[in-house]
Amino acid sequence: MSARGLATAAGIAPRPIPPGVKRRRMLSSVADHTLLILFAAMFMLPMLFILFTSLMTDQQSLSSVIWPRPFVWSNYVEIFREVPLLSYTWNTTQIAVLSTLGTVLSCVPVAYALSRMEWRGRNAVFVVVLSTMMLPFQVTIIPLYIVFVRLHMIGTLTPLILPAFFGDAFSIFLLRQFFMSIPEDLSDAARVDGASEWQIMTRVIVPLAKPAIAAVALFNFLYAWNDFFGPLLFLGNNPKLWTLAIGLVEFRSMHRVQWNLTMAASLVFMIPVIVLFFLAQKVFIEGVTLTGTKG
Amino acid sequence: MATPPIAGVARGTGAVRRSRPSRRTPWRLVILFLSPWAIGFLVFIVYPMVTSLYFSFTHYDLLSTPRWIGLDNYKFMFTKDAFFWLSVKNTVWIVAVGVSVRILFAIATATLLTRPRRGIKGYRTMFFLPSMAPPVAAALAFVYLLNPAFGPLNQLLSSAGVADPPLWFFSPSTSKWGLVILGLWGVGDAMIIFLAGLLDVPRQLYEAADIEGAGPWQKFRSVTLPMISPVIFFSLVTGIIWGFQYFTQAYVTSTVNATSKTSLGYPEGSLLFYSVYLYQQGFSYFKMGYASALAWVLFVVTMACTLVMIRTSRRWVHYQGGEMFR
Repeated sequence: MSARGLATAAGIAPRPIPPGVKRRRMLSSVADHTLLILFAAMFMLPMLFILFTSLMTDQQSLSSVIWPRPFVWSNYVEIFREVPLLSYTWNTTQIAVLSTLGTVLSCVPVAYALSRMEWRGRNAVFVVVLSTMMLPFQVTIIPLYIVFVRLHMIGTLTPLILPAFFGDAFSIFLLRQFFMSIPEDLSDAARVDGASEWQIMTRVIVPLAKPAIAAVALFNFLYAWNDFFGPLLFLGNNPKLWTLAIGLVEFRSMHRVQWNLTMAASLVFMIPVIVLFFLAQKVFIEGVTLTGTKG
Repeated sequence: MATPPIAGVARGTGAVRRSRPSRRTPWRLVILFLSPWAIGFLVFIVYPMVTSLYFSFTHYDLLSTPRWIGLDNYKFMFTKDAFFWLSVKNTVWIVAVGVSVRILFAIATATLLTRPRRGIKGYRTMFFLPSMAPPVAAALAFVYLLNPAFGPLNQLLSSAGVADPPLWFFSPSTSKWGLVILGLWGVGDAMIIFLAGLLDVPRQLYEAADIEGAGPWQKFRSVTLPMISPVIFFSLVTGIIWGFQYFTQAYVTSTVNATSKTSLGYPEGSLLFYSVYLYQQGFSYFKMGYASALAWVLFVVTMACTLVMIRTSRRWVHYQGGEMFR
C-alpha cells in the first residue's frame, strides 16, 4: 500500500494489475481470512461456552449439552444472593482505585527526576529501579507479611494499598521512557518564564504525557483488579474484605457442583475488565506496545 | 551494542544536548522528587530482602524468635526435600515448554494478523481479548472447559472421533498441558508486542529480499527474525521470570479440583510449582525460615538466568540503534 502511495505521490500513474496476479492475491487473501477466522473462533469459543454455561440449570451444566435449555437468566440474580458478590466487587474496586491513585501520584515525580532533571548518578539510580523489576516478590513477601502481622494489619486492605504510594518500578520505567521523548526545549522555555521544576512537571510534562499516564493507570488498575496472591495472603482470614478473585475461588471450593453459578460469577468478574478494554483499547494496546518495543 | 548508521545521527543530537550549558538540578529537589521511590525502596525492598536473607539461616515459626541454624535449611532443601525437587522439576517444565510454546504461538498469531489488508482491527480485538480475563476467572473457566466428563473440549474431541480424550487437570501426565492451553488462550499481551515489532520492520528490507529472489521462509529467517529479535529477547526474559513465579493458575486449578485443601499441586503433585510450594511452606505451615531460603534460591536462580540471557543476547539480538540511556 505504501509503495503504491509513493508511486502516485511521485506522479506516476499506477499500472493496471495483471489478472494472474489479481487471482493469486485473491486466493492468498481467502486463505488468510480462513485461518484468521479459525483462530478467532479458538479465542472466542471459550468465552461463549462460559456465557452458555452461566445460563444453564445446575444439572444441565453437568451434562454434555452445550446449548442452554431453558435459559436460566435468574442465575445472575441467584449468584448475588448466594455470594456477597456486591461486597466483593466493592472491596476489589476500593483496592484497585486507591492503589492506582497511589502509583500514579508517586511514580510521576520519580520518573520526572529520572528523566527531566540533571544530576550525577541518575543512570545508576535508574538501573537500580530497573533491577527491582526482576526481583521475585517472594524474596520480600515473608518479612513484609510479618511486619503487617505485627502492625495488626492482616485482614485489612492497608497492605494491598499502602505500598502503591511508594512507587512501582514498572510504572516508573514506563513514564520515564515517555518523559524522555518530550523535547527539552519545552522545559527550557518554561524555565525562562520562571517556572519551578514542580510547575514544569504539572503544567508541561503531565499534560503531554497523558497517554503514558493513562496506560500506567490502566495497567495498575487491572493488576489490582485481577490480583489473587495479595488478597489471598492479606485478606484470607477476613471473608468480609474478600475481593472477587479470592471470593470466587472460595465459593468454588465450598459449592462443588454449581458450575453454572461459578461461570456466571466469573463473567461478572470479567465484564468490568472487558468494558474497560473496549473503552480504552487504544491506550491499552499502545501501552503494551510501549513496554515491549522500548524495553 | 551494534551501531548501525542511524545511531550516528542520534549521537549527533546527543552532542548538541551536551554542548548546552549544563544546568544541574539542586540536590534537595532531586531528593524530594525521588523520595516516594527511595522510601519505598528502603522499606519494601531493602529491609525485607536483608531480613529474609537472615531468616533463611534460621528456624522461625512466627511464634518464637528466629533460631540460627546456619546452612541447615539449604542443606535440607537440596539433599532431603523430595517436594523441593518435584517443584523444581515442574517449574523447569513450565518455563521450558510453557514459555517457548507461548512465544511461538504469539509470533504465529501476530504474523497472521499482519497478512490481510482489511479487517485487522476486528481480529486483533478477538485475539487479544482473552488475555484481559482475570487469571482466576480464566483458570476456573478452563477447569470447567477441560473437565473430562462434561467439559465442551472433550465433547468436541470425542465427537471428532478421539477415542480416549485426555483427563487434563485430573491426570498428572496432562495437567500441565492444560495450563499451557490456558496460557495460549491468553497469549494476547505477548502477541500485541510481536505485532508491533513485525509492523516496525521496514518494508524496503522485504522489497530488497524480493529482488534477490528470496522465498517466504528465507524472508522470515533472514529479515523478520533478526528484526524482531529484541522482542523475542524481551519476551524470553519476562517469560522466564513469569514462569519461575507461576502461581495463581496452578493454585486455582489444583485447589478447585482437589478433594482436600491440603493436597496442593493436585493431581499427584504435578501442579506443585515452586511458588506454590513456597506459599505452602511459608503461609500454610508458617515455616518462615525455610520459605525464606526457598525464596533466596529462587532469587539467585532468576538473577543467574537473566544475566546469562543478557550476556548471550549480544550474539543474537539485533538492536536498530535504539539505546536505553541517553
